[in-house]
Amino acid sequence: MKPANELELAEAIRAATGPVRIVGGGTRRVGPPPAGALLETGGLAGISLYEPGALTLVAAAGTPLAEVEAVLAEGGQRLPFEVPDLRGLLGREGVSTIGGVVAANASGPRRIQAGACRDSLIGVRFVDGAGTIVKNGGRVMKNVTGYDLVKLMAGSCGTLGVLTEVAFKVLPRPEAEATLTRGGLDPVAAVAAMSQALGSPFEVTGAAYVAGQVRLRMEGMAGSVAYRQGALAKLLGAGWDVVEAAQSAALWQEIRDVTPFVGQPGAVWRLSVKPSDMPQVLALLTEAQTLCDWGGGLIWARVPDAGDAQAASLRGLLAQIGGHASLLRASAEVLATVPALHPEAPGVAALTRGLRAKFDPRGLFSAQE
Amino acid sequence: MEMPKIDAAIVARKPAIVAALQEVLPPDAVIFDEAEVRAYECDALTAYRCPPLAAVLPRSTAEVSAVLRICHQMGVPVVPRGAGTSLAGGALPTGDCVILGVARMNAVLETDYPNRFIRVQSGRTNLSVTGAVEADGFFYAPDPSSQLACAIAGNIAMNSGGAHCLKYGVTTNNLLGVTLVQMDGTVLEIGGAHLDAPGLDLLGVICGSEGQLGVVTEAVLRILPKPEGARPVLMGFDSNEVAGECVSDIIKAGILPVAIEFMDRPCIEATEAFAKAGYPMCEALLIVEVEGSKAEIDEQLALIIEIAKRHNPVELREAADEDQAKRIWLGRKSAFGAMGQINDYMCLDGTIPVSSLPYVLRRIGEMSREYGLAVGNVFHAGDGNMHPLILFDANKPGDLELCEAFGADVLKLCVEVGGCLTGEHGVGIEKRDLMKVQFALEDMEAQMWVKDVFDPKWLLNPAKVFPLDVTASRRAL
Repeated sequence: MKPANELELAEAIRAATGPVRIVGGGTRRVGPPPAGALLETGGLAGISLYEPGALTLVAAAGTPLAEVEAVLAEGGQRLPFEVPDLRGLLGREGVSTIGGVVAANASGPRRIQAGACRDSLIGVRFVDGAGTIVKNGGRVMKNVTGYDLVKLMAGSCGTLGVLTEVAFKVLPRPEAEATLTRGGLDPVAAVAAMSQALGSPFEVTGAAYVAGQVRLRMEGMAGSVAYRQGALAKLLGAGWDVVEAAQSAALWQEIRDVTPFVGQPGAVWRLSVKPSDMPQVLALLTEAQTLCDWGGGLIWARVPDAGDAQAASLRGLLAQIGGHASLLRASAEVLATVPALHPEAPGVAALTRGLRAKFDPRGLFSAQE
Repeated sequence: MEMPKIDAAIVARKPAIVAALQEVLPPDAVIFDEAEVRAYECDALTAYRCPPLAAVLPRSTAEVSAVLRICHQMGVPVVPRGAGTSLAGGALPTGDCVILGVARMNAVLETDYPNRFIRVQSGRTNLSVTGAVEADGFFYAPDPSSQLACAIAGNIAMNSGGAHCLKYGVTTNNLLGVTLVQMDGTVLEIGGAHLDAPGLDLLGVICGSEGQLGVVTEAVLRILPKPEGARPVLMGFDSNEVAGECVSDIIKAGILPVAIEFMDRPCIEATEAFAKAGYPMCEALLIVEVEGSKAEIDEQLALIIEIAKRHNPVELREAADEDQAKRIWLGRKSAFGAMGQINDYMCLDGTIPVSSLPYVLRRIGEMSREYGLAVGNVFHAGDGNMHPLILFDANKPGDLELCEAFGADVLKLCVEVGGCLTGEHGVGIEKRDLMKVQFALEDMEAQMWVKDVFDPKWLLNPAKVFPLDVTASRRAL
C-alpha cells in the first residue's frame, strides 16, 4: 500500500485486518523487517509551509529529509538537531523521510545544545490504529493547549500511529564553525575537558571523544566563533588545535553518522548515560570500538556479534547508574535473545502498554518495535 | 464558569477522610477547618473561588504517595497545587476535593555541575533554582514572569515559558526527569540525568498535563552556564506592520536574540505614565536583547541596528551601560502593573504565527471598540506569544462577562490565523470551554486516552483542560 494522501492512509488503516509494517525511507530500521502488510508513507510528500521569518516549516511525513534540508538551506536555515544518516552504519539504502526522522527522534551531536528532534517538533498529524486522523500541537513554537502528544509521537517508532504531517521550529544556519581538538586523552581526562567546555559560557555545540581525541565545536557569527574558540582554548590550557569551516564540518559528520564503524563487523550499541559515567561504561567495553558524543553522555560501541553481545553486563551496570542501552545492529541470532530496546521498569512498561492499547486497540502496529 | 456538581456523598464523609489523612501525615500537614481551607480557595485567577474539602501539605514523596493512595481508595478528587500562581485556574478547587500542596517540599537534593543538572523537590520556586547555582556561574533558563513566586511543580504542570524561550526553549526543553506519584500511590522515576527515553517519551507528555496525570514531587532540571553579558536595544516604529517586518528581517538575517519584546501604543502610554522609563510615544516599540561577550554583543547589535534603520525607526536607543539597559527593561517589566493601575485587567496568552501580527493587532483594535473595553498588547514577538491585557471594572456588573467574551473572541482569532489558545499559561478552567475551537473531538479523545491510562478513575484535577461535557462520562466512573 502506498496511499497518496492522509485520507487514503486513514482508509487503508481502517481496512487493515492484521499487522501493518510502516515504512518511510526504510533507512533507520533495527533488525530484520517485521512481518505485516507494507504501508509506505512516500506518497504523502511535500513542504506545505515554510516561513523563514517565523522559523517554521511544515511538511508531509513522506517528504525526503534531503528536500527539507535543501529548502531550509536556501533560506539560510536548518533543522537544529543535526539528523544522523545511519544508512552506512545499518547497511541500508533508500531515502530518509522526515516522518521517519521524527518516529526515531533521530538527533545528532547538537542535541546537547539545541535539543533533540522532539524539542524542535511543534506539531503533528497522525492516523491512529482505528484509522482516525488526529492532530496535536500546531505551527507556533509556544503552545501549551492540551496535552503534548507531539512529544509522545516523537520517538514512538510508529507504535502509536502513522505520522502524516510534522511541523518544526527551525534555526538560522550559522556563518562560521570551528572545532578545538586534542588527542591522547584517556576517558577520565576526556570527560573532564568536555564538562569544563560545556560548563563555560562559550556555547559549545558539539563535544565528542573518538580514538583518544576530544572535539569541541563552536558555531555562530564569524567574529563570535573566533572569540569563543580563543577564549575556550585559553580556559582549557595548552595542547589544543583549531580546525575550521569545511574541515570542522567533516569531523562532525563523522561523529553524527558513526562513520568509524561503517563497514566494520560486529554488533552496535547506542547508550545514553550521565556524561561523567562514560569512563565506567568504557571500562566494561574492553574488546569494543567506541565513539562518544554529547559530552560523554552518548556512547556508541561496536562489540563482537555473538552470545548476548555484552547485553547482560552493560544493562546490568546501567540498572545501577541510570541510563539506557539499545542494540542498533546485530545478527538475527543475537536479536532473537536480546531485546533491541532497553527494557523499561515495570511501572513505566505498564503505562507504555496502556497507551499502545488505547492508540492501537487492534495491535496493528505491534510489529514496529 | 461552570464547575462539576459537588459530590455530597464525599462531603458527608469528610471526618473519615480527614482522619485517614491524619494517620499518614503530621498534624500540621492536614488543614480541614472551614476558615483555614479558605487560603486555598483560588489561585491567581481570583475571579473564581471555591474552598476545598481539605488541604494537605506533605513533605516527602512517601507522604504524597500515602495521601494519594488514601484518596484513590476513598474516591476523593485531588487538585495538586504548586505556589498557586496559575492565571488559568489550574489549581482551582472543587468543594469535594483535597488540595495537595507541594510548597513544603522545596529542597535542593543534588547539584551536579560537571553533568549540568540540578535535582530539586518540586515545591521549590523557579527563581530559587537559579539562586542555588548562580554563584557558580549557572542558571535555570525558563523564566515565567511570576518566577519569584511560582513553583517548579506548577511550571512542569503548565509547561511554563518566559521571555527568553526564543533561545532557551520552555520547561519541557529544560526538564530531564521527574519523580511522579500516580493517583493510586505508585511512585515512578521517569527520565533522569541522562538524555532521552529508551521507549515512549512519557516525560514529554507529563510536562504540560496540568496535574492530571500524576503529582511530580522531584525534578531533574538542566542548568546552563551564564552568558558573559547581555545588552538590549530599544526601537520605536510608527506602525505595527513595520515593527512586525523588522522582527521578521532580524530573524531572517540569521540572528537569534534571547528576547524580542513588543509593546503597542496603549501599552506604551500606560507604562510611560506609570514607570516613566522615557519610552518614545509611537505606535510600536521593540526591545531586542542579545547575549555574549562584549565583542559578540557589538557584532550582533550592529547588524540588528542596520536592519532596524532600513525600517525608518522613530527611535533607536542602544544601552551604553548597565543603567541604561535597566531603563530600557523598566517599562516592559512594569507593563502589567501599569495596566493594573488603570483598572482591573485580564491577561490573555494566545500564540499566533509571527506573520499574522499586524492583522491580529488590527482586529483586536476593532474588537476593542466594538466591546467598549480598552486593551494593551505586550508580546513575545520572536515566538508569537501574545499577552493582550483587557481592561475592565470588576465592580461594574456585567463587565467581567463582557471582558471574558472579548477575550474568547481574541483567542478564537488566534486559532483562526493558525495559532493556539495558550502559549504558556495553560488551559485550566479559563480556556477549557474553548478547546473545541482548536480541537476536533477526536483530537481531544486521543489526549484523554493518556489520562485514562495514567489515572483511570479520573480523580486528579478532573474538571480542568477539557470541556466538562466532553469529560462527563469519564468523570462519572
